[in-house]
Amino acid sequence: MDAAVADLRRTPLYERHLGAGARMVPFAGWEMPVSYDGVIAEHLAVRSTWGVFDVSHMGQLHVEGPNATELLQSLLSNDLGRLTDGDAQYTLLTNERGGVVDDLIAYRITVHHYLLVVNAGNRAAAFAWIKEREIRGSEVRDASDDYALLAAQGPESIARLGLADAPTFTHTMAELDGVEVMVCRTGYTGEPGVELMCAAEDATLLWDAVVGRGARPCGLGARDTLRLEVCYPLHGNDIDETTDAISAGLGWTCALDKNFTGAPALRRIRQEGPARRLVAFVMEDKAIPRQGMSIDDSGDVTSGTHSPSLDVGIGLGYVPVASAVPGEQLTIDVRGKPRRARVVKKPIYSREDS
Amino acid sequence: MAQAESYPDDLRYHHAHDWARVDGDEAVLGVTWFAQDALGELVHFEAPSAGGTLAKDQPYAEVESVKAVSDVIAPLSGEILEVNQKAIAEPETVNDDPYGDGWLVRIRLTDPSEVAGLMDADAYRAHVSEQ
Repeated sequence: MDAAVADLRRTPLYERHLGAGARMVPFAGWEMPVSYDGVIAEHLAVRSTWGVFDVSHMGQLHVEGPNATELLQSLLSNDLGRLTDGDAQYTLLTNERGGVVDDLIAYRITVHHYLLVVNAGNRAAAFAWIKEREIRGSEVRDASDDYALLAAQGPESIARLGLADAPTFTHTMAELDGVEVMVCRTGYTGEPGVELMCAAEDATLLWDAVVGRGARPCGLGARDTLRLEVCYPLHGNDIDETTDAISAGLGWTCALDKNFTGAPALRRIRQEGPARRLVAFVMEDKAIPRQGMSIDDSGDVTSGTHSPSLDVGIGLGYVPVASAVPGEQLTIDVRGKPRRARVVKKPIYSREDS
Repeated sequence: MAQAESYPDDLRYHHAHDWARVDGDEAVLGVTWFAQDALGELVHFEAPSAGGTLAKDQPYAEVESVKAVSDVIAPLSGEILEVNQKAIAEPETVNDDPYGDGWLVRIRLTDPSEVAGLMDADAYRAHVSEQ
């Protein structure tokens, strides 16, 4: 085993993954399950019944204090003023250029206390970004190692967990088979479902409870194909510090009537119009687009895969605004071979169509 | 999905995890159980054209899973007589039956003496165990 592999971190569920036959891969400094029985079967289970993902590699930052709201309103793109206790919101941590330091979900515990769930690969950067900008009466704390996080996703997930219906982007505390959990009506699959946060030491109890209720263990492979079908951006692929929120199609997460880092730049981009936009596309030729492939010599693929639901190559990529219209034909350079694709309206897949 | 790990004794093997079933001056080629297992479920076979040529040790096709793409290396040189249309239409056939219905191409050998340089099943099993 080389040093790079030896240095990888493991979630509290590592032994459970091995026991379930997972293929483990390095991801953002963690050794994570990419699949158990196969990406396609896991993907289809989440679309048709339900599955469970270990996403304990993600980071949890507490932001607390009487001025916690004021601090976060100045750093996050979305308007936290629209939340009450028990609400959640998808939002961006933006830099001065309107680039995306991280995309995250902010959970309001109280007006003096927010929990931010950040990407595993951005945990340190997001924490440092906020820490450097703390104001009097606010404090950020990285509590990532204290928590385990499971995503139970799919049309049967809520009923199988014995949970009552609740609006999306809300959260509540509950006891699930003896484990105290924060039940969040959020996810990354486009399906109904919850994310369950518990103390790290309860992770195996919670995993066993959810799997015992029939959830199929699913890996990061299916997580990626599921999110790409519904066009949820992946930080590091589709968005990063150099891509602005407007070009990425995330203007809806930007409350440009308030002041936050990057708001002036984003207002200017919105007014002038971006040069490129992040579009969704479907292959018309038989081929699978991959990150980094060139689109018509003027754009590039940021995410690409084979869609298990639609059985066709799909992707996201930046193209000049003139081409960023559903129905437009694109030509993608697939390892030297021109392959045709068509811009489609987001999401590429929706439950209603199927 | 795939059947249990196996490396049939009647095949010859290339270290890049390809097999050849040689019959006179023709051979049927495919990828081994080890190759399909490492890739995961195949969703695309980028096939060469019939009539094209293969050069030993050079890539002649690509197979793709959801996560990755991989070159298929020619274990022998030859001219392509036939491409397995079932592997194109249903790439998962390669996972399900890598030595049978999941074959990739049939070729006419340009240099039958190359066959002697390939591994037999025992040598290939030893090669796989070192991976």
